Formats: sequence, structure tokens, C-alpha cells
Amino acid sequence: MSELTLPAGDEITADWWAATVERRLLVQECRECGTVQHPPRALCTGCGHMDGLGWRDASGRGVVDSWTAVYRSPRPDAEVPYTIARVRLAEGPIVLTRLVGSDAEDWEIGAEVVLDWLPGSEGRALPVFRREA
Amino acid sequence: MSAAIVGVAECDLGVTNLSVLTLQAQAVTRALADAGLSLSDVDGLATTGTGRFPATQLGDYLGIETKWSDSTFAGGSVYELMVARAVQAIDAGQAETIVVSFASNQRSARSRKLGGVIEEHTPEAQFESPYDPLQPISYYAMAAQQYLHRYGHDRAKLAEVAIAAREWARLNPAAYRFGADSLTVEDVLGARMISSPLTAADCCLVTDGGGAVVVTSTERARDLAKPPIEVLGYGERSTNMSMTLVDDLTVTGARGAAADAFARAGITHADVDVLEVYDSFTISVPLTLESMGFCGPGEALDFIADGRIRPGGDFPLDTSGGGLSYCHPGQFGILLLVEAVRQLRGECGDRQVAGAEVAVAQGTGGIFSTHNTIVLGVGR
Repeated sequence: MSELTLPAGDEITADWWAATVERRLLVQECRECGTVQHPPRALCTGCGHMDGLGWRDASGRGVVDSWTAVYRSPRPDAEVPYTIARVRLAEGPIVLTRLVGSDAEDWEIGAEVVLDWLPGSEGRALPVFRREA
Repeated sequence: MSAAIVGVAECDLGVTNLSVLTLQAQAVTRALADAGLSLSDVDGLATTGTGRFPATQLGDYLGIETKWSDSTFAGGSVYELMVARAVQAIDAGQAETIVVSFASNQRSARSRKLGGVIEEHTPEAQFESPYDPLQPISYYAMAAQQYLHRYGHDRAKLAEVAIAAREWARLNPAAYRFGADSLTVEDVLGARMISSPLTAADCCLVTDGGGAVVVTSTERARDLAKPPIEVLGYGERSTNMSMTLVDDLTVTGARGAAADAFARAGITHADVDVLEVYDSFTISVPLTLESMGFCGPGEALDFIADGRIRPGGDFPLDTSGGGLSYCHPGQFGILLLVEAVRQLRGECGDRQVAGAEVAVAQGTGGIFSTHNTIVLGVGR
């Protein structure tokens, strides 16, 4: 992919996108009940509180929950095939992502993966995952 | 329950080159004619897909003021939801005769998008769309990948869903694939890969089409044109919009929806003579069957093997040919109801399931997002 146009953050997610400039992957953590969640929200889905949420740096380690190689892109300028996956972060939440660094079909459920980044607009970046070296 | 479906119809299907409101007018007037009713009998409308005020827009077009309307959006299962709401409205005395309808011209209009429709304000727009998943296909593909991996099945067994649907469609003159050849495992596996492990043959059609059902009180139903088909039970679950919220991709909200509906109807799995399951993708069928409790986790592909769900089999499923081979206008749930009613009336010709008395329509919307069950029975 060439440089990605990434979405504008809002009052909840701006910090998350800003952290990608430093190549840090954040997850939301609730000080009230300890729930870790993604995507970021205005409230904790564990206890419903709106005022207990803070950020925690994810370790960048995860496991492939499932994946699919996509052969027809929704955008004419995206190169196919590419691999879409659900990765379960070591911190608990599942994220939607891409798997990179291997052939699109060369993946298996349960594979251990680590964080990588695709550069995007305004110095920000999109978190993706690759096999542990 | 004290309401019944008394009229059903399809609008024109396939490639129509007609506008949505023309197709809606066909569906509504044909369903009313089927019931022996007219527009002046209708005091409630439920629909979607006709604009920002769906039921109001349709009411305006038909020239009727309603006492009750429903414009809920819940993807392709919403017509099962609307029948449940209609029964409640009739029970409550708010309306007596309600039409639930839908039509789409998505194939003629070439309006279907591979990336789906993701609204800008949603978390999905920020945290999923940048990765370019096909929506909804890639979610179902990941569910299929997980399912086949966990239970050690191969794609050939999953292909049976598409093969059986084609056999039913070959018996249904209204089906898009009516004149088509039978499918083989090789045809399904060898079709163009879209989002692995799903090929084009694992994915539903993209066609125009739609239909309508007329719901009225059991009392009013007694002296109409066709034998009433009673709504015996309903249930629903609404689970997720994002691709990451649900922990286990292989278990769906159909579990709770069907359990509630079966309990309300007082039926067991063995009572179901015909099952109309939303087959958006081949994988939708085994996951829905297991979640509904027709078989255990990982067992569905053996459960449907050996022709059991094909014409003449002892577990008739998707008897119209389904979304895979009959018609898929984007939101197929309305046509699950139409086929279920016709089977219970004995109107299905070559594809008729002999002696069918109880049918279940199991709708699914979005990415296994909404799950709506309707249990129907021959009036006693």
C-alpha cells in the first residue's frame, strides 16, 4: 500500500491515533473495574462508567484468531490478495488488522504475531501484524 | 399468538430494470390479492429500503395513512422482526391488517458495494475500514476459516450447502438459477476465490427482488381467500456491528433467538417440517443450524450430508433455492417468510415438502449481527 489516508480521530480516539505517530498501540483500560477494551469508547463496557477510562500501551504481541485472504478489493487501487485477520492481543481485546510479511494464504489460526506499522497520513500509522522473527 | 399470515407474494425478481417503489407496489398489491384484501384494508405498514422514512414513504406512495408503522433497520433479518412486531401490534389492538414488505433493484442499479456501507461516525469506520475488509464477506470468511479449522472439516463438505440450494432452485421456476445445471463440489471449490475460504459459489446471488406478507388477526384471517398460516412464535437477538466484538466466530445469536421462539411456540426441533435459513454464504447455514440447536458444535456438515437437505431429503432446508440460487435482493428475510408460508399451504409444486405443518424462518442480518426467528404453523 502507498501512504494511507487515515481517518480523523474524534474526542475519544484522537489520543489513540496520535500515539501511532510514536508507533505505540494503545488500548483503553478502566481504572474502576480493570476492563481492557478496543475500539476506544466513551464508556467502559465492563462497568458502564464514563470517567474511569485511561490508556495502556499494548505489548504488541498477539495470536491470530482467524484470517482471510481477500482477492477482490473494495478499492480499485488496493493490491490483491491481502490478508485480513482478527488478532487477539495479549491484553485481551480482539482487533481487526492485516497480516503482512508472508504470502496472503500462508497463515494459520493460532499463529503468534507481533506488531508492525503501515505508514499513513500526517505521520500517523496503521497497526498491522507479522510473524515473530 | 393471535395473528396469522394471510397473503404472500414476490415482486419481479432477477434483473428487472424497475425502480424500488414499482417493485414495492408489485409486492404489496400481489400479496393483498393473494389474501383477498385490498389497500383500503391495510392499517399498518412495515418496510425498509425506500428512503429515510421507509414505511412513511411507502405509505405515501400507496396512498394510505397508517395507524402503526415500523421502519426499523436490522439488515436482512428485519422482516422476521417486523412480523413479530406486527403480531404484537395486532394483539395490542393498534392495527388489524399489516403489510410487511421489501424490494430492491440492486442488480439493475449496480448499487452493491464490496466494502459495504460503513457510516462515518462508527468505530468501524476508524478501526476496520482502513484495512479494506470486504463487508460482509470477509467476516463470514473468517467465521468459515475458524469453523473448518476447529472441527477439522474441509471446504468440500461445506460446498454441500451450495449444491443443495441449486437442486432446490432447479425445481423453482422463479429461481434465478432455475435453468442452470446442478453444481458439483469441484464447481464450488474451483469458482473464483473472493475471500478465502469462500469462493463466488459460496456467496449469495446479487439480484433484484423482494416480496410482501400480510399479517392480520386470527379472527379476521378465518374468512379470507387462503388458509391462514399462524404465527406460533418469535424470538430475536441483536449482537454486534464490529468484526471484533464477538469472541467466538462460530456461535451466533440464532441460539437465543431460536430458543425463545421455539419456547413461545411450544415446539421442539423435531416438530419443524421445513426450515428456511438465511443462506447469505454457505457457512451461514452450518453455523445457524448449530446455534439453533439442530445439532451439536462441529456436527452440522455431517448433519447435512448424504442429501438430507436436498429435495427428497428428510431435512428440507431453503426449499426455494435460497439466497445462493433463487434470489438475493440484499435483504433476503422477506423471501424466507414467503417460501415458508407457501410450503405450509402446499403451493410449492415440484419442490413441495409433503405434509408440512410447521415451518421456521431464521433471518440473519449484517455480519451475524441480527438474528430473528419466526415459527409458523398451519391453522388449526
